[in-house]
Amino acid sequence: MEATMENTRTTGTADVAWDHDDFQTVGTPGHDDPRMTAGNVDVFYGEKQAIMNVSIDIGANEVVSFIGPSGCGKSTFLRCLNRMNDTIDICRVGGSIMLDGQDIYDPSIDVVPLRARVGMVFQKPNPFPKSIYDNVAYGPRIHGLVDSKAELDEVVEQSLTRAGLWDEAKDRLDQPGTGLSGGQQQRLCIARAIAVSPEVILMDEPCSALDPIATARIEELIHDLSSQFTIVIVTHSMQQAARVSDRTAYFHLGRLVEVGPTKQIFTSPQHSLTQDYITGRFG
Amino acid sequence: MLSPQQATERVAASVGARYRRERRFQMYGKLAIGSALVFLVLFMANILQKGIPGFFQHYVTLEVDLDRELLDPMGDASVDSLFAGNPRRVMQLAIYEATGAESRADQRAAFKLVSTGATNRLRDMILEDPSILGTRMSIQFAVDDDADSYLRGFITKATEERRRRVKDNQMDMIDRLQAEGRIEYKLSDYIFTGSDSRNPELAGIKGAVIGSLLTLAVCLSLAFPIGVAAAVYLEEFAPKNRITDVIEVNINNLAAVPSVVYGILGAAVFINVFGFQRSWPIVGGFVLALMTLPTIIISSRAALKAVPPSIRDAALGMGASRVQVVTHHVLPLALPGMLTGTIIGMAQALGETAPLLMIGMVAFVVDAPSGIFSPSTALPVQIYMWADSAERMFVAKTSAAIIALLSFLVVMNAAAVVLRKKFERRW
Repeated sequence: MEATMENTRTTGTADVAWDHDDFQTVGTPGHDDPRMTAGNVDVFYGEKQAIMNVSIDIGANEVVSFIGPSGCGKSTFLRCLNRMNDTIDICRVGGSIMLDGQDIYDPSIDVVPLRARVGMVFQKPNPFPKSIYDNVAYGPRIHGLVDSKAELDEVVEQSLTRAGLWDEAKDRLDQPGTGLSGGQQQRLCIARAIAVSPEVILMDEPCSALDPIATARIEELIHDLSSQFTIVIVTHSMQQAARVSDRTAYFHLGRLVEVGPTKQIFTSPQHSLTQDYITGRFG
Repeated sequence: MLSPQQATERVAASVGARYRRERRFQMYGKLAIGSALVFLVLFMANILQKGIPGFFQHYVTLEVDLDRELLDPMGDASVDSLFAGNPRRVMQLAIYEATGAESRADQRAAFKLVSTGATNRLRDMILEDPSILGTRMSIQFAVDDDADSYLRGFITKATEERRRRVKDNQMDMIDRLQAEGRIEYKLSDYIFTGSDSRNPELAGIKGAVIGSLLTLAVCLSLAFPIGVAAAVYLEEFAPKNRITDVIEVNINNLAAVPSVVYGILGAAVFINVFGFQRSWPIVGGFVLALMTLPTIIISSRAALKAVPPSIRDAALGMGASRVQVVTHHVLPLALPGMLTGTIIGMAQALGETAPLLMIGMVAFVVDAPSGIFSPSTALPVQIYMWADSAERMFVAKTSAAIIALLSFLVVMNAAAVVLRKKFERRW
């Protein structure tokens, strides 16, 4: 590890060439109570390798943020955590990703229940062109989580309440979710994701299409949700990472460069690349 | 490098030319639209001018003695009895009386003035209400197409007598009948209720319309589900590899195959192998379904491609299976586009003639088809056959059938617009 540090220190630029076997993530990628564990994950798009040997634990009920310059693979890695990359034909994933001690890429694992356990919120708010009610009720319905209409009503109300949208939406549940404002739509998507009671929620730049006020509401929401859910968030905004997350992971050119408690990453990063990024040398 | 001042001058100098070019470009566009409109108007005017008279014809009112002995020899007014009777004689007597024809030559000429469909009309009237037997009543009969041509002014005395189909004595009789007010020009009751006939005055589009509708029904119920299923599979499930590439290229090529080739295929497969009979609407439907499939598949795939991927991501991210993603989200959003493509395909099929000729739907069918397994013809083929007929009055009938076909197309396209508006959802 010392040798690697020496090596990168002397190079010190964005286009470092790494040796696959020598590189090791600095900081604290492990966690005492991991909900998800990624071990030596490689992701290939055809011939091109997008993620190289990434290992990280995601602890129970913690908020982990992934930061890094564009194209560093943080979104790709996030989409591996609920196998959304399966939809891309040329994408191959190596290594192991465990959820509660079970490898999610094991052939015996069905991707449908997996995605019910690991929910996802996307960059652009993408409510279904259906009513607000149907948007939230969709997950419980397809997974058969409720037995009666009354139960479903309750799940919808609870999910919307947790997503901080109930007061705004309760009188217009039958109106299309697409008629809401951008921030409301994103909270609707969060409500939709938590309606199936997932263990982990993945958020892929959830605020990048929102204005600062809507962003602030989502950030508060992430903070509130972290008591019940494990949250992994990809963000371009370092301030956002600093505000919402317990731990921060810095990705660079497909490598996980450094992981640490958020405060430490932003005040005293160990790796020169992290330092360069958070001080605005590139990114 | 130019100085900013020089640059400003150059830009100012070029602005005028640019605006002139834009105006010229817009002019070309307007000219193109204008000429298209002119052609359309000319075409419509021509069709309407020729076709609207096709919906009308001349009728002559005759006093008919509905003689019981002649018409109903068995005396029970049954179908058998009426067909054993001699309505022709009854008609002859009525027309001789009206025209006052006495010599044999005049009588023969006079009888030719009334359509040969008159005896059928008499029979139908008696079948409907046998109590009219034995009475004398005035009945309107269609005039023969040659007499109609004279009444419309297509035949005049200016032509040498031996070269025209309406002779001088007939013309005099018609003139007299007209002077007596017995001749009336009105909406034809054969055009909508009759089927094909050798006599233009009796020919109608009913059989062809029903044949076309049956054919289209078969075509739609086959092509829509198959087309949509193929499109959904290719777009949503099929792996992208060499085989699917080949399939895709071939579907696109099929869309460009001349339609007559599908007709030959239909004759070879559906008639020779499956043993269907020629002229059946089901064969026509199968052939047209083959022909419209590529259109439906291509437009359905375009509609599926237009569904934003974010919707698929959202549903997949919720743990929906791929089939659920398609049936719950993608299909409802793509449906308007698919319907539009389908109706365009159907409109194309409705107007298709060549493949139907190949499978024998060009037959002379006098009765309206009773189902998809009875001989039939179709509107475009009917138009083709009438356009080929020698009789002057078929010109108007042809245009009338064209108007009917165009009306169908307008209705179908309007349906496409309405359906699209109805199912369209915004996101």
